Amino acid sequence: MERLFLIFLAAFLINNILLIRFIALCSFFGVSTNFETSIGMSMAVVFVMTMASAVCWGVWRFVLEPMGVGEFLYIPAFILVIAALVQFVEMVIKKVSPTLFKAMGIYLPLITTNCAVLAAATESVKPGFWKLSLQYNYTLGESLVHTVGVALGYSLVIIMFAAMRERITIAPIPRSMRGFPISFIAAGLSSLAFLGFKGLFGI
Amino acid sequence: MDTSMIVKASIALGGTGLIMGGLLAVASKVFYVEVDARVELIRAVLPGINCGACGLPGCDGAAEAIVAGEASNTACVAGGSDVAKQIGALLGMDVSEVTGVANKALVRCGGGKNEVAHRYIYDGQHDCQMAQQVSGGPLLCPYGCLGLGSCITSCPFVAITLGEDGLPKIDWDKCTSCGACVKACPRGIISLVAEDKEVHVLCRSHNAGKEVRAVCKKGCIACKACEKVCEFDAIHVIDNLAVIDKDKCTDCKKCVEKCPTGCLADLTATRG
Ligand code: SF4
Ligand code: SF4
Repeated sequence: MERLFLIFLAAFLINNILLIRFIALCSFFGVSTNFETSIGMSMAVVFVMTMASAVCWGVWRFVLEPMGVGEFLYIPAFILVIAALVQFVEMVIKKVSPTLFKAMGIYLPLITTNCAVLAAATESVKPGFWKLSLQYNYTLGESLVHTVGVALGYSLVIIMFAAMRERITIAPIPRSMRGFPISFIAAGLSSLAFLGFKGLFGI
Repeated sequence: MDTSMIVKASIALGGTGLIMGGLLAVASKVFYVEVDARVELIRAVLPGINCGACGLPGCDGAAEAIVAGEASNTACVAGGSDVAKQIGALLGMDVSEVTGVANKALVRCGGGKNEVAHRYIYDGQHDCQMAQQVSGGPLLCPYGCLGLGSCITSCPFVAITLGEDGLPKIDWDKCTSCGACVKACPRGIISLVAEDKEVHVLCRSHNAGKEVRAVCKKGCIACKACEKVCEFDAIHVIDNLAVIDKDKCTDCKKCVEKCPTGCLADLTATRG
């Protein structure tokens, strides 16, 4: 139990995918301009990331590792899995809930190219890839906990940042700093704040 | 060489691909959603460049809106009357009356590099928006074309080229009136004008005649010669700049002959 908690916390806060590891910054800056869309994107990411990690874990455990081709083949294989999965999820949502499909429509295909999903999948089969200082070989349960942590960390930051940016747009900011420049600075400062979690519980 | 590795890798990746592809094929049958066939037909007619000039989210969004009756068959600006006719036909409308005069983009400045005086030599990035940032651009005329071609790079249809006189030339056969250049120009001197009108004022300067004359050979000096010669009351000098009422103008071109600086252009000559 304690190990699961530590895995979760490490993924969620201490090694936050956006502010500490700087992965998936494209979607971070692209979608965080609006509070609502950032919530939509977060939901889609939690969903796709969890599914992708579970399937990739299976592909690694039962195909790539036993055949001894994992080390150099895992990235193309995972990209394949993630792309197929996103297509699949898109079809299902389109059929089951057209309204949700309309709301998430543009974000779903966007996630295929989201490096965060690939990073989370890679890490759930090869923990320590990002120097997590935890042991290799997660079980399926552990890798799921880890992925949910990463996804929630992503959601936390993107939603928090969207709220900040909505304020920033109406703040009196020098012309040349408006838009992306000030957002990059704000992201840098938030990243510094997150550095404060380093070393929590010895992780 | 150990070929077994290659074989294994092919099997692993190919197998994963096959399984995923197979699952997707099955899923596409199981989760098939009926779409209005007309949406796909209309989508095929639209230019597919997602320029956004119609105000809808891309060509897909436009096709859906047209079928849903939320947009008319003339919604696609870039497609013009051709596309409007095809869409109308798909929707079972009587398309004989879909004519409409298309709008085309026109650079409303005649101050080429030999006509207009410069304040300083701009030696920065080849981009009008950047030049505009450097104390309002290198030209002495605050309205004139900077000639660095932001419009050229913004045009998705490659309709704009830089002429020998340093001014952008818009090929009306290629221009789809998507308005990208209108947005890109930091001087705001590109506008969409009715294709069938031949006389246009190629100057945007609201400065007094004396100031214009001092900095540009081709600018409108508000002398009102055109206003006096026009028999149809179609051209007026408003705020130091000649403005043509396109509904009243008959393209008789008397004003063009009369204009002392040549800022009134007869486009028949250039369009050939
Ligand atoms: S963008 Fe405007 S200023 Fe620049 S070249 Fe085109 S018309 Fe001239
Ligand atoms: S073309 Fe003829 S009608 Fe039009 S503004 Fe000139 S003189 Fe007037």
